[in-house]
Amino acid sequence: MEHYFAMGGYADFIWPAYAIVAIVMIGLVVFTRIDLVRQRALLDALEGSLANKDGSRKRAPARPSGSELQPSEREQ
Amino acid sequence: MSDLTLTQRFHAFANPARFMALSHRLVWPLGLITAALIGSGLYFALLDSPVDYQQGETVRIMYVHVPSAWLGLMGYMVMAGASLVALVFRHPLADVCAKSAAPIGAAFCFLALVTGSLWGRPMWGTWWVWDARLTSMLILLFLYLGYIALWATIEEPVRAARAAAVLALVGSINVPIVHYSVVWWNTLHQPASVFRVGGPEVAGSMLLPLALMALGFTFFFATLLIVRMRAEVLRRRVRALRLAGMEA
Amino acid sequence: MRAFTSLIRRDVALAVHVGGGGGMAVFFFLVTVSLLPLGIGPNLNLLGQIAPGLLWVALLLSSLLTLDRLFQADFEDGTLDALSMGSLPLELTVSAKIIAHWLTTGLPLVIAAPFLGLLLNLDGSQFLDLVGAMLVGTPALSLMGAIGAALTVSVRRGGLLASLLVMPFYIPVLIFGVAASGGAMAMPGAAHQALLLLGAVTLVSLVIGPLASAAALRAHLRT
Repeated sequence: MEHYFAMGGYADFIWPAYAIVAIVMIGLVVFTRIDLVRQRALLDALEGSLANKDGSRKRAPARPSGSELQPSEREQ
Repeated sequence: MSDLTLTQRFHAFANPARFMALSHRLVWPLGLITAALIGSGLYFALLDSPVDYQQGETVRIMYVHVPSAWLGLMGYMVMAGASLVALVFRHPLADVCAKSAAPIGAAFCFLALVTGSLWGRPMWGTWWVWDARLTSMLILLFLYLGYIALWATIEEPVRAARAAAVLALVGSINVPIVHYSVVWWNTLHQPASVFRVGGPEVAGSMLLPLALMALGFTFFFATLLIVRMRAEVLRRRVRALRLAGMEA
Repeated sequence: MRAFTSLIRRDVALAVHVGGGGGMAVFFFLVTVSLLPLGIGPNLNLLGQIAPGLLWVALLLSSLLTLDRLFQADFEDGTLDALSMGSLPLELTVSAKIIAHWLTTGLPLVIAAPFLGLLLNLDGSQFLDLVGAMLVGTPALSLMGAIGAALTVSVRRGGLLASLLVMPFYIPVLIFGVAASGGAMAMPGAAHQALLLLGAVTLVSLVIGPLASAAALRAHLRT
């Protein structure tokens, strides 16, 4: 087992390489998840009960012009 | 939906609400595929693949270095492609896609550099070598960081989206030019250079873990991209509601 | 055509009379080149060998400094808005401003370069190559630099960001420029090839620069 971990003497390079890849990729997932949860919480706070869990609305979807992103229109 | 033309379907997904509904169903399946691919890839990479004749065990770094480099490059192509769609076709979600792809691509670019450095140290004896590929990858990281910085600096989202799209497109035109100049520069100063990252051939038994890891990273990118896009759509709704609330 | 040339003349006059542009860039060029031996050591042989590279890097940095003068003043007082609605297409307006920028910053830097080469013990045979390469390369610096300036025009103190955005695009100019100045090490005939490649880069930036800058300006003007 120790022979395996020693990786023919290159352990100092191989394991840190895999470790940093794991750290960065997991870090990306964690930060993205935190961001998503925070935005959803903010949205829920602002909208009250109008939002579904998957982010869509209980009402019929808006026109396909993406007008939901216009600040001038307010969802009732 | 089958009676709609392709263009009509394309524009149907411009509706953020529909995107949110569809993407919600995609995330977990994609995530599971990602885990399966990376899991099996790691098994083969670390436990069940041969040792290289010349490089010994360090060849195992290739299984994370090469996919990272590919994803770093692919991320920029997604960013540039989405930016083109945003500018030319004015698809409302295209700039969301570009903005969301950038940090993931930049992270893989960074990983390619770090793992490349860790691979290079036992191979070439130094932590860094100004060879064409590493130098080009470093410049690509600068392009990513500049793009992310531009989004972060311009406050108004529509303006930021358009400016960032222009930057991404100019960058993508320049990437081949910059890469060629770096290759030219490299051969100029090291005419006898035989530094080859990854070696000239990859043995067949090494292809399986490499392919699994590359596919796994790709699915990771796709999954994370969709989740980031969802977060960005929500972020814009929050901003819209806040602005509307201030006007009321 | 008349509008084009009068815009060039107006921008040149502004740069000369309001001041600060070309003169300060040359001053920065001088100071940077003077700093280099202080950092590297006064070994004239060494300096002479790396002089083309040092001069080109200092040239790039000096050029980056002047970028926010391109559009920001006109953007803030509404002139750019008026120009964009005028008779000239925005791409030509931008081109006129870039030409004026090169005349008032790029050209003075190129003229200063050989004198600064003396400070770095630049080899006598390389002076002509250096000036020639810089004449071909500095327009590319103005053209690509304009893109960075346009992208950040509405950002307060966006000069640093503009420089960071533009630097990767300066790299081919740097690589081919240094080689064309006789800074090549290994290959014979590399200098000639490099000059041609530098010319190609400048020609490409002649197309991309005004197009992308206009597009970036429109993003800021219309929203």
